[in-house]
Amino acid sequence: MSIFSSKNFKLLSNPLNLQNPITVQILGICSALAVTVKLKPAIVMGLSVMVVTAISNLVISAMRNYIPPRIRIIVQLVVVATMVILVDQLLRAFVYDVSKQLSVYVGLIITNCIIMGRLEAFAMGNKPWPSFVDGIGNGLGYAMILIAIGFIRELFGSGAVLGFNVIPKSFYDTGYINNGMMIMPTAALILVGVIIWIQRSFNKELIEKD
Amino acid sequence: MKNFSNTYIFIFSTVMVVLVALLLSLAAMQLKPFQDKNIEVEKKQNILASLRIESTTKNAVDLYAKYITDSYVINNKGEKQDGVVAFDVDLKTELEKAASQRLLPVFVGTLDDQSKAYSLPVRGKGLWGPIWGYVSVKPDMNTIYGVTYDHQGETPGLGAEIATKEFQEPFMGKTLFKDSTDFVSIQVEKGGAKKDDPHAVDAISGGTITSKGLQAMLDSCLVQYKTYFIKNRQ
Repeated sequence: MSIFSSKNFKLLSNPLNLQNPITVQILGICSALAVTVKLKPAIVMGLSVMVVTAISNLVISAMRNYIPPRIRIIVQLVVVATMVILVDQLLRAFVYDVSKQLSVYVGLIITNCIIMGRLEAFAMGNKPWPSFVDGIGNGLGYAMILIAIGFIRELFGSGAVLGFNVIPKSFYDTGYINNGMMIMPTAALILVGVIIWIQRSFNKELIEKD
Repeated sequence: MKNFSNTYIFIFSTVMVVLVALLLSLAAMQLKPFQDKNIEVEKKQNILASLRIESTTKNAVDLYAKYITDSYVINNKGEKQDGVVAFDVDLKTELEKAASQRLLPVFVGTLDDQSKAYSLPVRGKGLWGPIWGYVSVKPDMNTIYGVTYDHQGETPGLGAEIATKEFQEPFMGKTLFKDSTDFVSIQVEKGGAKKDDPHAVDAISGGTITSKGLQAMLDSCLVQYKTYFIKNRQ
């Protein structure tokens, strides 16, 4: 089996659309609401989750035949928690300002359902390399939605993209004001709903029959 | 599904936990110097910002060495305390002590025009967590030269606005004393401060609790310097 066989490629592309963790499986919503006020933390959160999912998948998959089933959830948690602490320490050491913005949410990656879901559903039953690709895919699917929401919320909530003001001064002079609602988590929930709606209108197979 | 014996499970979990502990402590030790450096640079940037000097993470250490020409620690009677480095004083632990035991740092900045400004740390409570910052006063020990505030987790767009220029700039030029001995601090007025009020600035709409917390922080922290202000004004 080649490294990028079509089967492996599916593992990467499926979570981007038909198996998207946020919009189809509705996992990881909590952090999607919490860290998307600005684009930059959304990007870093997406990357962090991707790294943690991929590496945890890899580690768990490599150990899968040695993990006693009775304590498998504990083992998974230990692996995920270790990865998250490492990511947190690295962020604090090398991108301090982002780490401050993400504050408690880095620690909360541990509780992100996507990671445990992939470990239990995929890594426990598949070889290391496909598991790693599956982790990257799901991380990407998650990051993609976070970035889209972060972009919209920062643009309309703060009039900026990545911290640079993009809405010209003349707009504000003529009475335009930033939408305060975009700053609240409610707006993120509504945006997730809108994205799900758009996605389903393009992919009829996602719509439930009844 | 394979059947594992209890002995295997115990050994497996013990080995796993020990390995993880080793890995994490190793990582924590290796990364500690970088993390401490970040915190030190951030503190220097904050002190510089209160003196209206912009710095980046790269040049903060150099600028700090250039502009901060003196620093010392006083008590609430305005007496200098020897043997303590002002930069190492942690205001959080000081505020837990009795008022007369507290060590209060003063950072003296010498600006480009050779005038001096005195930067003082402040710390208090916002809505969700701690807020802190530095306030610098001119040599008259009354007029505010510059301020900088930061927070741990105030609501973005509402309470978190205390960290923005728009909120901080109006503090410049406000005065702390009503007459020579009446310390009034700065009021953060909901609904907007009167234009010519020298002791008040506008609060943040939607961030009332953070604004109130900030007002309380300024009052409770700066009043400790009252005697120092009165003794040293020029």
